[in-house]
Amino acid sequence: MRLEPIADSSAARRLGMPAAALAVTAAVGMALAALAGADPFAVLGLIAKGAAGSRFALLETLNRATPLIFTGLAVAVAFRAKLWNIGAEAQLYAGALAVAMLGTGTLAWPAAPLLPALALAAVGAGALTLLGPAVLKVRFGVDEVVTTLLFNFVMLLFVSMLLEGPLKDPLALGWPQSAALLGDARLPRIATGLRLHWGFLLGLIAAVAVWAIMARTTLGFEMRAVGENREAAAFSGIPVGRVLLRTALLSGGLAGLAGFVELAGAKGSLTLDLSPGFGYTGIIVAMLALLNPLGVVVSAIFVAGVFVGADSMSRASGVPSYLADIMLASALLSMVTALMLTRYRLRRG
Amino acid sequence: MELLDILLSASFWAAVVRIASPLILATMGELICERAGVLNLGIEGIMVAGAFSGWFAVYLGAPLWWGVGAALVTGMAFGLLHGTLTVPLGLSQHVVGLGITLLATAAAYYAYRLALPQVSTPPRITPFAALPIPGLSRIPVLGPALFAQTALTYLAFAVALATAVVLYRTPLGLALRAVGENPAAVEAQGLSVTGLRLGAVIVGSGLMAVGGAFLTLSAFSSFFFEMVNGRGWVCIALVVFGAWRPGKAVLGALLFAAFDALQIRLQPLAPGVPYQLFLMLPFVLSILALVVMSRRARVPAALMVPYRRGER
Repeated sequence: MRLEPIADSSAARRLGMPAAALAVTAAVGMALAALAGADPFAVLGLIAKGAAGSRFALLETLNRATPLIFTGLAVAVAFRAKLWNIGAEAQLYAGALAVAMLGTGTLAWPAAPLLPALALAAVGAGALTLLGPAVLKVRFGVDEVVTTLLFNFVMLLFVSMLLEGPLKDPLALGWPQSAALLGDARLPRIATGLRLHWGFLLGLIAAVAVWAIMARTTLGFEMRAVGENREAAAFSGIPVGRVLLRTALLSGGLAGLAGFVELAGAKGSLTLDLSPGFGYTGIIVAMLALLNPLGVVVSAIFVAGVFVGADSMSRASGVPSYLADIMLASALLSMVTALMLTRYRLRRG
Repeated sequence: MELLDILLSASFWAAVVRIASPLILATMGELICERAGVLNLGIEGIMVAGAFSGWFAVYLGAPLWWGVGAALVTGMAFGLLHGTLTVPLGLSQHVVGLGITLLATAAAYYAYRLALPQVSTPPRITPFAALPIPGLSRIPVLGPALFAQTALTYLAFAVALATAVVLYRTPLGLALRAVGENPAAVEAQGLSVTGLRLGAVIVGSGLMAVGGAFLTLSAFSSFFFEMVNGRGWVCIALVVFGAWRPGKAVLGALLFAAFDALQIRLQPLAPGVPYQLFLMLPFVLSILALVVMSRRARVPAALMVPYRRGER
């Protein structure tokens, strides 16, 4: 078997392959639903209904999508420069930690200066968290995949330590939880009566800003060049190491913001289950968006919808909600395969 | 003083070897993949799937060794998927590996929830019992550590030895190492690059799953969520630490296990220190080990480089 490049692939192929990937995803979900003894079509219907079937469901999906937009952007930016940041989970918690430290009374400011200060602190904490592995990569050639992955575990233990120590809310009986953020440290809702906070709009703004950076600035150009071919970029005079460090600051900062919006927008106090794997899910979000910053918004809403819909489906039908994780992993694998097959065809021999 | 007592106790060294066993199995799996030129980030999820399928087979009434076989087959199936996507299709090994980890983990959790919808305490099985080797197990300290372990621990060391022998003493091993360094040269010899790499990923993934099954069949006797807890990622670090050599990787696994066993025993001696600091230690040490070793290690030249015939 070998791959043969297709000179100019037909529109049918370019549309058909991703459609086939989605069909595979749906088929996997339906087969597993049948395995659980449920009606496959009913299960898919329940997921769709739970994700977008009512005003409440839709807002729930958009709320869940909010941190995913940020972690998805963080991954997209890093992967574009082939900086394999698998540590968005740690950077998210670093951002949340900064917000919890400053927003529970340390800075007793009104909302107008306080919220930007907290956002900046979260960006800084997230950026610094990724800067470590990036420096190790640039200076010593240490593979960042492993260091960022291992750092997720270190960070979670660190947060756990602080939540049982200096950050522990004395009023929370036994439960490791920080004190609640000040009222002025909470992101307000977009409109009264609307269960959607400003974090979502910040996500849209961030996506446009990242798109502009990637498409319109020197840094964006250099990041893409480093990602395409590191040797060629270095040969043409691009300071590869410095570009990777800047990429790390941008990516880590975005993941830190995910911690800010989730804590200040949704949860209000820091716990160890602030993120059910938003950092890891950001990888799926970014890949389904083909690393396109604007596409990240769409794919974050899609991925959030699958999770929210599967939760509601699980309550109604008893099919385990892990179905969502399997379907999204299948979507990721079949989509990268489909995209390859739009550009190459498989030949024998 | 107390530290010395710990380091001289037989139970400590027995724990070191026990903790190292699953790491050795999975590290050999990853090492085989990487020597053939394929980074396998599916390891964490494949270990979860192996831990579940091995346990589930035994829970359903199969003998323990069938459980090991079930884990092996499960791992090889995920290896086949990983290998098909990364070798003939040449997709990004990072993306596919992470996708496999998500898929295998979710599949194991889904199957667990499906089989046992309403359990709060995970059901237990009777795990592998210790198998003392007559005579040798009587040696002070060394005996209990090395010769009074379960059959799966002996298997782990046998696998490591076999990996080293095959890699360095057989034509197959030569071909495998060559395919990770210079696939075009292997192709020129009339061997199939695709076949060798695919085979390495399938066998390696099978070993990762057996490493996962060690946790349920020999260490904990039940399956629970988050039980692999980063061990797969640690194994990737151990491959680098061992400079892609089986012997050194085994030493790395033992060293890592020694720190892990030590931190558990040090916790009660320092009641004022948060226990999380001790739990962090193995992960921090893995990162430090990577920093120290990465400067010297010789990475397989074609690692993470997909091979397309006729392209350079």
